[in-house]
Amino acid sequence: MKQIISSWSRVLVTLAVLAAGSVVQAAPATPEMLSNACAGCHGTNGVSAGFSMPSLAGQNRVAIAEAMKGFKSGERPSSVMGRLAKGYSDAEIEAMADFFSKQKAAPAAAQSLDLAMVAKGKTLHERHCKRCHLESGKEFDENAAVVAGQWLKYLQIQMADYADGKRKMSEKKADKMKPLSRDELEAIANYYASIK
Amino acid sequence: MTVDRRSFLKLLSAGTAGVGGASLSMAARAAEIMPKSGRRVVVVGGGYGGTIAAKYVRMMDPSIEVVLIERNRQFVSCPFSNLVIAGERKISDLTLGYDKLAAHYGIKVVFDEVTAVDAEKKEVVTAGGSIGYDRLILSPGIDFRFDELEGYDPATTPGIMPHAWKAGEQTLVLKKKLEEMKDGGTVVLSVPLTPYRCPPGPYERTSMIAWYLKNNKPKSKIIVLDANPDITSKAGLFRKGWAKHYAGMIEYRGAKKVTVVNPAGMSVLVEGIEEVKGDVINVIPPQRAGAIAVKAGVVGPDKNWCPVNATTFESTQVKGIHVIGDACIAGAMPKSGYSANSEAKVCATNVVALMNGRELVDLSGINTCYSSITGKEAVSVAGVYKVDQGKIVAVPNSGGVSPDLSELEAIYADSWLRNIMTEMSS
Ligand SMILES: Cc1cc2nc3c(=O)[nH]c(=O)nc-3n(C[C@H](O)[C@H](O)[C@H](O)COP(=O)(O)OP(=O)(O)OC[C@H]3O[C@@H](n4cnc5c(N)ncnc54)[C@H](O)[C@@H]3O)c2cc1C
Ligand code: HEC
Repeated sequence: MKQIISSWSRVLVTLAVLAAGSVVQAAPATPEMLSNACAGCHGTNGVSAGFSMPSLAGQNRVAIAEAMKGFKSGERPSSVMGRLAKGYSDAEIEAMADFFSKQKAAPAAAQSLDLAMVAKGKTLHERHCKRCHLESGKEFDENAAVVAGQWLKYLQIQMADYADGKRKMSEKKADKMKPLSRDELEAIANYYASIK
Repeated sequence: MTVDRRSFLKLLSAGTAGVGGASLSMAARAAEIMPKSGRRVVVVGGGYGGTIAAKYVRMMDPSIEVVLIERNRQFVSCPFSNLVIAGERKISDLTLGYDKLAAHYGIKVVFDEVTAVDAEKKEVVTAGGSIGYDRLILSPGIDFRFDELEGYDPATTPGIMPHAWKAGEQTLVLKKKLEEMKDGGTVVLSVPLTPYRCPPGPYERTSMIAWYLKNNKPKSKIIVLDANPDITSKAGLFRKGWAKHYAGMIEYRGAKKVTVVNPAGMSVLVEGIEEVKGDVINVIPPQRAGAIAVKAGVVGPDKNWCPVNATTFESTQVKGIHVIGDACIAGAMPKSGYSANSEAKVCATNVVALMNGRELVDLSGINTCYSSITGKEAVSVAGVYKVDQGKIVAVPNSGGVSPDLSELEAIYADSWLRNIMTEMSS
């Protein structure tokens, strides 16, 4: 029955119910509806104005979905995302991951970086990270995150979580990251933050 | 004369060059100032809700004209204003203009006071003239129920016993009074019964006053007179923070409703009987939806707040008027800046759907509210919301408060403010 009601009459039905001020007929929350609610923290369309909130615009879809599922299960540490991620089904998470991955990325605006660290980070990136964080971290292999142009403060917090053993790594990542000192991780963070 | 007075009314007309001229010629008879040529949404209130509603309607359908009407040229954020009181932020950090928002999204911003709404004619009345709409979105925030406080003179009492519950001048009045107080003085803070704007706000205020006193006037104390039986939000975390940092400084008294103020004697009366004196008295009066909501007839049977449809935020009292933010009753979503932001997007989505005869979309909302406990540590509450049986409810098994005070939360809180204010202003 439902399917044969034309969209116009459906609107009329909706309006009638609306007038009564009770339940209305509405489509399930769209990817846009779900994602817009995140923008109060992550910025309009996922472009963060800084300084510590990560941008989501143009992020790898797989990385967003994995992050959200990790937050939801508690496997990935978080301050607030765990509490929020629990409010979404896996299908909703996939919808938001798809939405943000399709938004135009905008590299972080001017941030003060340590230029010596940036140079050192570049060398370390070439040696340790570029197989997964392709094109200076602008592109990605499989589930790797886009790290280029991310806010420095956010990258530093994540690097510290890895170094402290709070955030788990895949074996592949651990092989490359474990040998690095905190100072070297700081250099890599500066390098990625510098990429426009 | 009218034309002169109207020189403060500036139309930031993005895209349509003719608007300014049209409005001037009409002004002399204070009639319609911006004749409608196509479909138009009028938004009243350029704060946490209104700016976002205006922006997202334009993002979702640029063929709809949007007029945003706001009484002040600059907006001062209440979030983080408690940190201004403690000397941890400047008021300029919390102040926004509308130029960029207007230019980026082609929003016509009118600086004027909306004094009436004619829902039959579908127009709002401002000091400068009337402005027609197809749909109206009200996000006027709050006004105060001063009449419920005996002895309160709305003209003079706020200068003596600041509320600082609308940010700006009032924030600075309270800050100055604390600065002028002697060490060893008593600060009295009164909290109204819920619902009021920002449930954790009074306790963050208490924390920030304590932070200032601890660092500057450590012999002083704070008495909190709460009309509610207990701390209304993040109670465990505030208690923990107060015990950790401000032991002996904060005296919290629940179920103590202030009903009388005595500005001349610098005291308040609890339930009209028990007198409490203070050197600085911060009376947070009971509240209701901004006055324009009352005038528009969209407040409900309680005469204070606006019942709305949970999907469209259309008033259940008057058709064609949507109400968002503190003024509306949004079920489980608290009266916060984040909620206002989230509600604005839901409302914009469905206003655009209604105007295009498209299917409505179910609400998905978020609230997050950070509270500072010290200059370095914060706590937060977060929630995810959906519609169930026509009501806004929290998604089960999600949300909640942070496990402890933390510096990381304070770092993210700072970025939250930066992002949400950037969303509002550009
Ligand atoms: C001390 C304090 C701390 C807070 N901290 C937080 C926090 O950390 N996080 C959080 O999420 N929320 C916080 N809040 C709550 C937050 O400020 C409000 O929930 C939010 O501002 C509500 O948005 P709104 O759009 O409803 O109203 P507002 O943001 O107040 O905007 C209303 C606007 O409408 C204008 N207006 C009203 N009537 C008219 C008229 N007739 N004509 C023209 N213009 C009009 C006003 O000038 C104003 O600019 C805090 C509040 C306080 C008091
Ligand atoms: C209250 C602010 C806030 C809101 C709202 C919010 N986030 Fe986050 N987000 C954060 C913070 C802070 C982090 C860092 C992890 C943490 O501490 O929680 C983060 C991290 C993330 C990350 C990991 C990014 C990366 O590259 O490492 C993703 C993905 C994410 N958020 C997605 C979302 C989505 C999707 C939503 C909406 C459903 C959302 N966030 C809503 C604050 C927020």
